[in-house]
Amino acid sequence: MAYLELNNVYKTYGQGDYATEVLSNINLSIEEGEFVAIVGFTGSGKTTLVNLINGLLEPTSGDVLFKGKPVMGTSHERGVIFQNYSLLPWLTVEQNVFMAVKEAFPKKSKSELNDIVAEYVEMVSLTPAINKRPKELSGGMRQRVSVARALAMKPEMIIMDEPLGALDALTRGNLQDEILNIWGKDKRTALLITNDVDEGIYMADRIIPLRPGPNATLGPEFKIDIERPRDKTEMNDNLNFKETRNAIIEYLMDIGNERKSQAMEEFVLPDLTPKDFVNQFK
Amino acid sequence: MKQSITLGKVTKFMGLGFLSTFKDLFTGKLEKEDFKNFLRKVVVPMASILLFIGLWFLGARSLYNVEAEYKIQKALTDQGPEAAEALRACIASGDTSCQPNTLPSPSQVWDSYMSLLKDHQIISADKAAFAEKTAALNEKRIANGENPITYTGRPSFVDQIFRSLQTVFAGFLLALLIAVPLGIFIGLSPTLKSSFNWFIQIFKPVSPVVWYLLVFMIVKTLLIDSNEDSSFTISFISVGLCSMWATLVNTAMGVSSVDKDYINVAKVLKLGPFQKVFKVVLPSSLPLIFTGLKITLSVAWMVLIAIELLAQSPGLGLFVWEEFQNGANDSNAKIIVAMFVIGVIGFLLDRLMLTIQNAVSFDKTDAI
Ligand SMILES: Nc1ncnc2c1ncn2[C@@H]1O[C@H](COP(=O)(O)OP(=O)(O)O)[C@@H](O)[C@H]1O
Ligand SMILES: [Mg+2]
Repeated sequence: MAYLELNNVYKTYGQGDYATEVLSNINLSIEEGEFVAIVGFTGSGKTTLVNLINGLLEPTSGDVLFKGKPVMGTSHERGVIFQNYSLLPWLTVEQNVFMAVKEAFPKKSKSELNDIVAEYVEMVSLTPAINKRPKELSGGMRQRVSVARALAMKPEMIIMDEPLGALDALTRGNLQDEILNIWGKDKRTALLITNDVDEGIYMADRIIPLRPGPNATLGPEFKIDIERPRDKTEMNDNLNFKETRNAIIEYLMDIGNERKSQAMEEFVLPDLTPKDFVNQFK
Repeated sequence: MKQSITLGKVTKFMGLGFLSTFKDLFTGKLEKEDFKNFLRKVVVPMASILLFIGLWFLGARSLYNVEAEYKIQKALTDQGPEAAEALRACIASGDTSCQPNTLPSPSQVWDSYMSLLKDHQIISADKAAFAEKTAALNEKRIANGENPITYTGRPSFVDQIFRSLQTVFAGFLLALLIAVPLGIFIGLSPTLKSSFNWFIQIFKPVSPVVWYLLVFMIVKTLLIDSNEDSSFTISFISVGLCSMWATLVNTAMGVSSVDKDYINVAKVLKLGPFQKVFKVVLPSSLPLIFTGLKITLSVAWMVLIAIELLAQSPGLGLFVWEEFQNGANDSNAKIIVAMFVIGVIGFLLDRLMLTIQNAVSFDKTDAI
């Protein structure tokens, strides 16, 4: 039995005439301690998939099993880093993290909780900004708060929905390393959603493409057999890396082309042939 | 980190930003860029105020002339040419007994304002003297378990203003205590929302006069055994009920439309219902609640005058009504003074609310 398992999961938003089928026949299993990345185009249903796993949404049909039990609502065992930070703007960095820690460890004393908050804020190097509110922070800093908030709850599994999507390349690289560090320290299970193939290859053990919807489903998985700790510059010369990267990109491009040609088919062109202007004047 | 608080910041915070431009003018710190701002924010408003007073002056004078001419004509037809001449002379001499009764001019209003202030000083002095005189006696009476003697003279204009403010704040507080909690419950529960909707839709447009009558019917019966004057109670309850709707509707709307992201955070952290309401739902709907409260306070101040008048409860409304009934030669000017005072206080109340709102709510546009 896998740590996280999705069996024949379908998700449809709305009902009747307004129904939009987003996910169809999703099958996925993740082992304990694994780092899995899912790549996909925008709007293909990645956030929907994440919300099914973290318990914010229920599948229309099929099972989502966490440690063998069906997921019912959210749980502190599964920490979430949201796509759009989702910090509470009226709370400071410290208060945002404290709120989470207090819920996760209701039995701890206030000073113990404060220590945890300080530790995780320090870990994402935000101690100097600890009393600032989200609007005073840059995008990268906000996302680091969001990371600290999720990790400070010490979840068994970390679910990340395009956590670094809105960041510049430099900040992105730093945060990737920080996340890998934490994941590596006590070998938690991690699920990363991303639209960046390189990021997926750098961080994950396995990459699974999400074929774009409607009726998005998971494609074949790609194993990344590169030893950890990985080094970005070295990786670029690694043969295995190059092959995997090309294979994934080719696969995604094929999906993209397929999608384009499908879109073409939907327009029924009138049955007309253009006049032969050129020959007319000969 | 501590932020330095400068005069400029404080005035801008209170929506009185033009004051700092004004200050710069005198300290010589004004730059070329600021000059345009200065023109727009200080010179133009000043000019429009002067224009307003000018138009008022001209209008009042022509109304005065019309009224005077009519009076003289009437005297001519009723009593003959001598009486008409005497009246013309009397009007020209400025004698108060024969002045035409019409819209007062700006200078008359200013005079009335000064005389009201003087009247206030006299009454205050009178009160102080009375308190001094009765102090010893009152001590004895209290020691004997009797009621102390209180001042029962006529209230001054300034006293009336404070009475009105008391009524409006009591009414506002009542509105706040009813509308905010009720709005939260309605916003949280779709069931409550649909069960209260008809109630809100029907009672929202009811006029202040009808609210007053309704409250009067109920309070009169409830206080049937009490000898106390219930006019204050009746008027502040009416003001509160009349003005609470904007807060009720806005609170319910704010609470029911909290950003989905924040709700997701609350779910992922597994906040309890109490925590969810106080840590997530309320802070995020605070801007809308305050917009509602601001409307409530301005409506309360607006309907207060009418309700005081109906309830015969002391205050500016009653002042206006009594002056109108009084029909003395400076009554009209006093009514206009009251009008300006009401307007200025309304404006200041609005600023006060804006200041509190800025202080307690986060900036929604910048937040993510
Ligand atoms: N609450 C919802 N109701 C209806 N449609 C939705 C809802 N949420 C998302 N969708 C639709 O589902 C599709 C997938 O959305 P999402 O999971 O957010 O994609 P991604 O995260 O990959 O960009 C989109 O077409 C979106 O319009
Ligand atoms: Mg998404």
